[in-house]
Amino acid sequence: MLNIQATAARDAPQRVKAFVRALDDNAHLDETTASALKMRVRALDFYYGAFRALAGINLDIFEHRITALIGPSGCGKSTLLRSLNRMNDLVPRTRVSGEILLDGENILAANVDVVNIRRRVGMVFQRPNPFPKSIFDNVAYGPRLLGVTNRQDLDEIVERSLRAAALWDEVKDKLNESGLALSGGQQQRLCIARAAAIEPEVILMDEPASALDPISTYKIEELMQQLRGQYTIVIVTHNMQQAARASDFTAFMNMTPERAGRIVEFGVTRELFTNPRQKETEDYITGRFG
Amino acid sequence: MLSLTKQRASQSRFKELNRRLQHGDVAFRALTILGALTILAVCVAIGYALWDNSPLPRAQFGLSFLTSSEWNPVTREFGALPFVFGTLQTSLMALCFAVPISLGIAIFLAELAPAWLRQPLGFVVELLAAVPSVVYGLWGLYVYVPNFVKPTAQFLNSTLGFLPLFEGPVFGPSRLAASLVLTIMILPTISAVSRDVFLAIPSSQREAALALGATRWEMIGQVLIPYGMSGILGAVILGLGRALGETIAVTMVIGNNLDLSASILHPGYTMASIIANEFSEATYELYIQSLIQIGLVLFALTLALNLIARFLVWRVARRTPAEARA
Repeated sequence: MLNIQATAARDAPQRVKAFVRALDDNAHLDETTASALKMRVRALDFYYGAFRALAGINLDIFEHRITALIGPSGCGKSTLLRSLNRMNDLVPRTRVSGEILLDGENILAANVDVVNIRRRVGMVFQRPNPFPKSIFDNVAYGPRLLGVTNRQDLDEIVERSLRAAALWDEVKDKLNESGLALSGGQQQRLCIARAAAIEPEVILMDEPASALDPISTYKIEELMQQLRGQYTIVIVTHNMQQAARASDFTAFMNMTPERAGRIVEFGVTRELFTNPRQKETEDYITGRFG
Repeated sequence: MLSLTKQRASQSRFKELNRRLQHGDVAFRALTILGALTILAVCVAIGYALWDNSPLPRAQFGLSFLTSSEWNPVTREFGALPFVFGTLQTSLMALCFAVPISLGIAIFLAELAPAWLRQPLGFVVELLAAVPSVVYGLWGLYVYVPNFVKPTAQFLNSTLGFLPLFEGPVFGPSRLAASLVLTIMILPTISAVSRDVFLAIPSSQREAALALGATRWEMIGQVLIPYGMSGILGAVILGLGRALGETIAVTMVIGNNLDLSASILHPGYTMASIIANEFSEATYELYIQSLIQIGLVLFALTLALNLIARFLVWRVARRTPAEARA
C-alpha cells in the first residue's frame, strides 16, 4: 500500500483501475435504487470559538447505505460526523447553525431530546473504548439503559449483537472476562457490537480502523460488508481504498482558504472514484494532493 | 546515525561505566532507595518505641486493657475501651456523612460546574484542607455546635429518642458534634482527591456512554464512578486517616466523657484526645505508660484500617484498568 501511494502520481491511471476492480466486486448492489433519505444536512456551519470549522455543508444520507466521508486531515470530517449525533455538544465553546434532519426532524432544534437522538444515531469511535466491564456487560449496557432486565432477553441481544459484529465465535466462551482483555481489533468489534445492541437507525464510525493493525482493519472492513444493506452507516476514513471498497456513497471534503471544511463533491462511490466531476477530487484520489 | 553507532561500539566498557556514574544513575537510584527505606524505618521505629515504652500496663492488665472501660488514675485502673469505641464511632460516622457529600462536590467540580466556576471553587475546597485543626475546633465550639449541632441533636432526640442511638439528655459537646466537625475537616481531602480521579478518566469513556444514549446521571453513576472506584476508595482512606488521628478539634467538641452508651448525642472520648488531655498530668509511671499504650493501640488500629482499605482498593483495582488505580 505504501508502494502504491509513493508511486501514485505516476501510476494514476492504474490506480484508478484498481479502484474499479474493487468496486466491481460490489456491483450486485445498486446504490441508487429506491433508498429513502435517512438524514439530510442543510447549510450546516460549525464554529469552535471564532474558528469556522464547517462552512455550508449539505449532505444526504441514504437509508441502509454506507456513506463515506473522505478528505485531508483537518478538513472537518470528524466534526461533521460528530454533529450527526450531537456529540460535539460535549466540546465547550462550540456553535452550530443550519439543519440536520433525521427522518425530517431537525436534531439541532432547541427542544430536541439529545439522549433520544443518540439512541437512534449510534457511534463507534476512532480508538476502541470498551468499558472496564465484562464483554457481556459492555454489550448489554445500552439495552439495560433502555430498561431490558430479563436475563434471557439480554442473552439474546448480546449474542445477536456479537454475531453482527463478527465477534461471537471468538468470545462466546469468555463473556464474563473483561472487555479490556481483548486485542485492539476485537475491542473495536466489541464497540461495534455495543453500538449495534440498541439497534440504532444510523451508526456513525469515526475512522474505526485507523488505530488497528492491517489484519484487524481487514476484519472491520469485512464486517462492514456484512452490515451493508441492513444498517445506515456513515464512516469517516483516511483510507481511500477503504472508502472505495466499502461504501455506496462518498463525500469528498476539503478546506476553504480560511481552513473551513466544505464538501467538494458527493456522489455514488463508484462514479466519484472513477469519474470525478471536480479537478480537486481527482487530484486527491489520485494522490496528487493531500 | 552510523557514526554514532560506531562511536558507541568503540567506547570501552570502562568509559561506558564511567559515563553512567557521571550522569548519576547509580547515585540517584541509591538515593531513592534510601528515601523509601527511611519511611519503612520510621514506621517500625515508632511502633517499637511505643511498644518499648509501655510494658507496665501490659504486665498489669494484659488484654483486658482493651476491654475494660475503667479509666481511673486514682485507683490506678486503666482500660482503653471508651477511647477505642469513641475513635471508631466518630471516625466512621464522619466518613458516612463526608463520603456522599464529597462525591457530590467532586462530581460537581469535575463534571457539572461551568468552566469559570471550576478553578475558583476547586481552590476554595483545597484551601479548606489547609485550615489548622485548632481553628476548626474553635469555630466548632463557639459557632457550629451551639447553632447547628445542638438543634440537630435536640430534633433527633425529640423525634427518634426512643432509639438507643439518639438517647437523651442532649448536650452540646457530643460524639455527634465531633463527627460533624470531623466531617467538615475531611470533606476537602476526599473531594479534592476524588475530583482528580474524575478528571483523570479519559473522555472516551464519557463519549462511549453518551453515544449509547446514557443521560448524564447514567454516565456518572454507571460508567465514571465504577471506572474511578479504586481511586475514590483511595481518597476515602486518606479521609479516614485524618479522622482517626485528629486530636485537638475533636478534643474541643466531644465533651471528654467516659460515657460508653450507644447514643451519639452523649459526650465521649477518643484515643487522641485522652492522650492530649492527660499526658501533661500523668504523674506516675503506670499512668504515663497506659497513655503510651493507647498511642500504640491507635497506631495499630490506623495501620489495620489502612490495610483493610488497601485490600479493598486492590480487590476493586483488579477489575478496573491501570490508569484508574490510586
